[in-house]
Amino acid sequence: MKAPAFSYVRAESIEHALELLSRHGSAAKILSGGQSLLPALNLRLAVPAILIDIGRLDELRGIKLRDDIVAIGALTRHADLLTSEDISASLPLLRQAAAHVAHPAIRNRGTIGGNLAHADPASEFPACMLALEARMVIRSEGGERRVNARDFFRGIYETALEPHELLTAIEVPRPQPGSRTYFHEFVRRSGDYAMTGLAALAHVDGAQLGDLRLSYFAIGDRPHLARATAYLVGVDITAERIAEAQASLDAELDPPDDQQASAAMRRHFARLLLSRCVADVLERPELAMEVVR
Amino acid sequence: MSRSDQPKGLTALDRPNSYIGQSVPRPNLDRLLQGRGQYVSDLVLPRMVHVAFVRSPHAHARISAINTEAAKAMPGVVAVVTGRELAGVVTPWVGVLSHLKGLKSAPQHAMAIDRVCWQGEAVVAVLASSRALAEDAAEAVEISYEELPAVTDMRSALDPATPVIHPDLGDNLAFERNHDAGAVDAAFAEADEVVEAEFVFGRHTGVTLEPRAVVADWNVGEGRLTIYQGTQAPHMVQNIAAKHLGLAEQQVRVVCKDVGGSFGIKVHIYADEMAAYGLAKLFRRPVKFVADRVESFNTDIHARDHICKGRIAVNRNGLIKAFEIDDLTGIGPYSMYPRTSAVEANQVVNLVGGQYTTPNYRARARVVFQNKNVTCQYRAVGHPIACSVTEGLVDLAARRIGMDPVQIRRLNLIGDDAYPCASPTGLRFEALSHHASLQKLLQMMDYDVLRAEQARLRREGIHRGIGLASFIEVTNPGAAFYGVGGARISSQDGVTVRLDAAGSVTCYTSITEQGQGSEAITAQIVATGLGVSIDRVRVVLGDTDATPYGGGTWASRAAGIGGEAALQSAKALRGNILQVAAAILQARPADLDISDNAVVDPSSGERKIELSELARIVFFRPDTLPPGLQPEMVATRHFVPREYGFAFTNGIQASRLEVDTTTGFIRLLDHWVVEDCGTVINPQLVDEQIRGGVVQGLGAALFEHCIYDERGQLTNANMADYLVPMAAEMSDIAVGHVVTPTKESELGAKGAGEAGTAGAAAAVANAVNDALSPFGVTIAEIPLTPRVILSALGRA
Amino acid sequence: MTATRIALMVNGESISADVPARLNLADFVRDQLGLTGTHVGCEHGVCGACTMRVDGEIVRSCLTLAVQADGCAVETIEGLSDSGEIADLQAAFRERNALQCGYCTPGMLFTAQDLLLKCANPERTEIREHLSGNYCRCTGYHAIVDAVERTAKARQRRP
Repeated sequence: MKAPAFSYVRAESIEHALELLSRHGSAAKILSGGQSLLPALNLRLAVPAILIDIGRLDELRGIKLRDDIVAIGALTRHADLLTSEDISASLPLLRQAAAHVAHPAIRNRGTIGGNLAHADPASEFPACMLALEARMVIRSEGGERRVNARDFFRGIYETALEPHELLTAIEVPRPQPGSRTYFHEFVRRSGDYAMTGLAALAHVDGAQLGDLRLSYFAIGDRPHLARATAYLVGVDITAERIAEAQASLDAELDPPDDQQASAAMRRHFARLLLSRCVADVLERPELAMEVVR
Repeated sequence: MSRSDQPKGLTALDRPNSYIGQSVPRPNLDRLLQGRGQYVSDLVLPRMVHVAFVRSPHAHARISAINTEAAKAMPGVVAVVTGRELAGVVTPWVGVLSHLKGLKSAPQHAMAIDRVCWQGEAVVAVLASSRALAEDAAEAVEISYEELPAVTDMRSALDPATPVIHPDLGDNLAFERNHDAGAVDAAFAEADEVVEAEFVFGRHTGVTLEPRAVVADWNVGEGRLTIYQGTQAPHMVQNIAAKHLGLAEQQVRVVCKDVGGSFGIKVHIYADEMAAYGLAKLFRRPVKFVADRVESFNTDIHARDHICKGRIAVNRNGLIKAFEIDDLTGIGPYSMYPRTSAVEANQVVNLVGGQYTTPNYRARARVVFQNKNVTCQYRAVGHPIACSVTEGLVDLAARRIGMDPVQIRRLNLIGDDAYPCASPTGLRFEALSHHASLQKLLQMMDYDVLRAEQARLRREGIHRGIGLASFIEVTNPGAAFYGVGGARISSQDGVTVRLDAAGSVTCYTSITEQGQGSEAITAQIVATGLGVSIDRVRVVLGDTDATPYGGGTWASRAAGIGGEAALQSAKALRGNILQVAAAILQARPADLDISDNAVVDPSSGERKIELSELARIVFFRPDTLPPGLQPEMVATRHFVPREYGFAFTNGIQASRLEVDTTTGFIRLLDHWVVEDCGTVINPQLVDEQIRGGVVQGLGAALFEHCIYDERGQLTNANMADYLVPMAAEMSDIAVGHVVTPTKESELGAKGAGEAGTAGAAAAVANAVNDALSPFGVTIAEIPLTPRVILSALGRA
Repeated sequence: MTATRIALMVNGESISADVPARLNLADFVRDQLGLTGTHVGCEHGVCGACTMRVDGEIVRSCLTLAVQADGCAVETIEGLSDSGEIADLQAAFRERNALQCGYCTPGMLFTAQDLLLKCANPERTEIREHLSGNYCRCTGYHAIVDAVERTAKARQRRP
């Protein structure tokens, strides 16, 4: 299980990386942390002609707080998200999610940009970005563009990135004060990919939900933002409301049936996560109770 | 007969400074802790080349053409060899043994010649200067296949419409065994209740962390093949390599240093390993084969994969009247060499109901061929199946008659005073301790308190379960396992002990070490038997050029058999030394002993002469010894139990867990084991064997599953998708002992390697069913995944 | 596809080597430097046997290319042992028999030490969680958790 032969260039600057991307196109692969790419290489599932190592580009690293935006450099590692006080204070959802990504040694090298560009539908961060309405900052030799998370993830391992483009940063709007987050995933073993998971952002308005974004992962070919929240926002939440939302959620999902979980299990987990999330953010544990038949 | 708790020592070994019964740290640990072990995968030899195999992508196909030209032209390539070319060097084999009557299999070659029979079978070998270059060239080998229908479902393998994998054999039935004891029909007809279930056991595999690894070095100048291999049985490998490479046994040396896990995975003869030996001979240079993880999943032996229907007859007073089973297992396309793939089913027949008093037992086992990887003996061969079926049925019976699982066991387990006795299949039990073990388990777990807690929590919608599983365990096998069937697999072991010139001791044993602590217990026993401190004892193992001939380490035999040989050789050397000491001291040998590295007066403890001084005289000043006295500072003894075919041990496990009936997830809370392996040589090593074995059993119970599709493709051959138990999901495991030494040896030790794995899955399954009892469902399938739980609850 | 020259510190020793781009760090230290204490168990980042430290942080060396370690300080189990940094942890593993075949042990030690450096007094569940990416087939983990817990407690008692 040895990687196939490939060429390797260490990018000296973003411009250098973009020039290399432009030259090599889809024959090239960007190497950032390598925690998804290296397994694929070792298993010979990926056979790039050249790796462009962006790992030394310090300008892609770090978390910057602006007025209403948190800008996260693409090379920011999962471990950084887990320990950054700025992230804990501004985007606790990312901190919660990071704790579930693989294991410490992986989190020390895996990067947020690499994770998002890889677009594994069972991965935690894409769903978080969808919940947080993040924008992907994408550069190419032609310039810079921003793509909303909902347009970025296009399918299994598919994104809006063109072969000559580089994801350089993620801009995350700072949730309004008083926002609540919820993160949970069903995994067989700690650190495994989820059978189904939910990253959620809610704004609680008295006893009601002013806003609710339920972003599911491992439920389809990309993270899924539930439309069923329409049943829950701006109304008094009751068990009936939750049941309506769950039924609506069920109708909008088309989950896969695989070794990890059947489609029916994923639907079941998705419904459970909905009620548990609402109960959690409203601090009404009775809403999560499900009568066991 | 039984003594509870930790043994203080041994009657025969109740010597001053005895190490028996002490948790002495293993002498080889520092090396391993510092990364200074020597595993075969670490080995580099001059002129060594690496082999990568091109393996079949199909479960069953005819090979229509092989083109190796492009591969041969690739950088670093030394040779590209087909199965037909290799067949000139390595002769084929058939994995049958004569005592498994009717067992049949087809000739198997080191690499496929004109047909592949499972996905992963080696077809072409590429030798190159590095593994990476060999893999590059392997991709350039062109093989044309003509796909054949694959037999994958064991349930239909015997149907007339199913193709026969080996037409010469007539059908896909490799082996069938029927057993009928007592009056089974009458017992079922007369019993108050009959309960039945179909138990399904997923295929799983060993996943040793170091994959199988071989460096084979044919030195044509010496006419010798040296095989460095992580194996449990060096002499078996020596014999078989010689036989199929046309060499005399003395032309083959097998060296086995550190081994990164075995568990039965590394006790077989694998076709690709035979290919590596043959390639070394063909190209006259060292050849290294280290399976990568994908190869491991596709070619390391798999195990279990049984569907076992079971019935139990029980009266309302709790007395079990009969067991009946019908077991079916799929073993892949060949019976594995040389131990065969019929042993697990045979063990299931042997073991079901073996802990209970009923004499009425009927069993059928059928072993069928399929186009999947081969199955064979993996840790606790057959035990988890027999235990899960037996203990699952006993719990079902208890539930049917409304009796506590403890009570039905109390009523039916063979009495501790009933020995010696025999099982309905004729297994002879020397002395077991089911009731003492049960009693100790209940104390350890505080059973009544837990039942009360369970009832309280159930009212709150929290579903906890408690499951028990008593078991019997085959250890210390004599010739009955393999030798009587014609296999040249030694059932005896030998130990040589030598006093060296500085008064230290070197000891050579034919048992092997893969982490169990063979080296430690050998040193403990020799130090105790001889009367020296353990730091003076150095143990050498794993080299057919150096150690006495023996079986190695498998089937929980090393401590009981190799340990006794160590004791007897140490005692023999002590006798030799005392003879010399008596001459020097002008005393009688009977009035002397050895203690703490000196010859002493046993009554006063007075040190008469240091062993180092005695050795100095023996080796450097023999001229000062009396005429006619020739000191023999070496002694060798061998041992094999002769009275009993196996030393049965027993034990009982309990699992406490919580089932989330909403999600189907199981959380393990506690696990307890009480086992009786006779004399405990090193309590810590026994406890850790048990714990490790339990977690392997828990893996099977909850996670591990080789998932094949209907075309015979293994769909989860990687560590992300094949789930092994990891630290976060496991619980602590409490271990207790009851000690019933075997009288077959002075040491009194039986084996302990299978016990944990034997009962863990049964305890968990019973606990899950206990937790789910309010829902009126019974699950008889492992692994118990959330999908299985949810679907039983009608939720997915 | 030519080799790349890298210069790095390995266990405090300065090393320069020509490596093919595809060579991962585990194979580099094993095959080119003879540091075979780093074990390879799965080569796809799941088993944790190849865990070592790069610039003071634990990584999966099978998921790190040697070229990525250019300019870095790499520590393998050999160096970690010689430095004496984990002598107490190793002693606790020995006393508790927290290893059997020893193949997972170097990676396990790195991961355990990583936890102990971050968390002085971890609960057993935290130890299990931190070690959850390191596979051990032999021990069933209980003894390893004990050894890590004992080391943590002993270090806390140190003045």
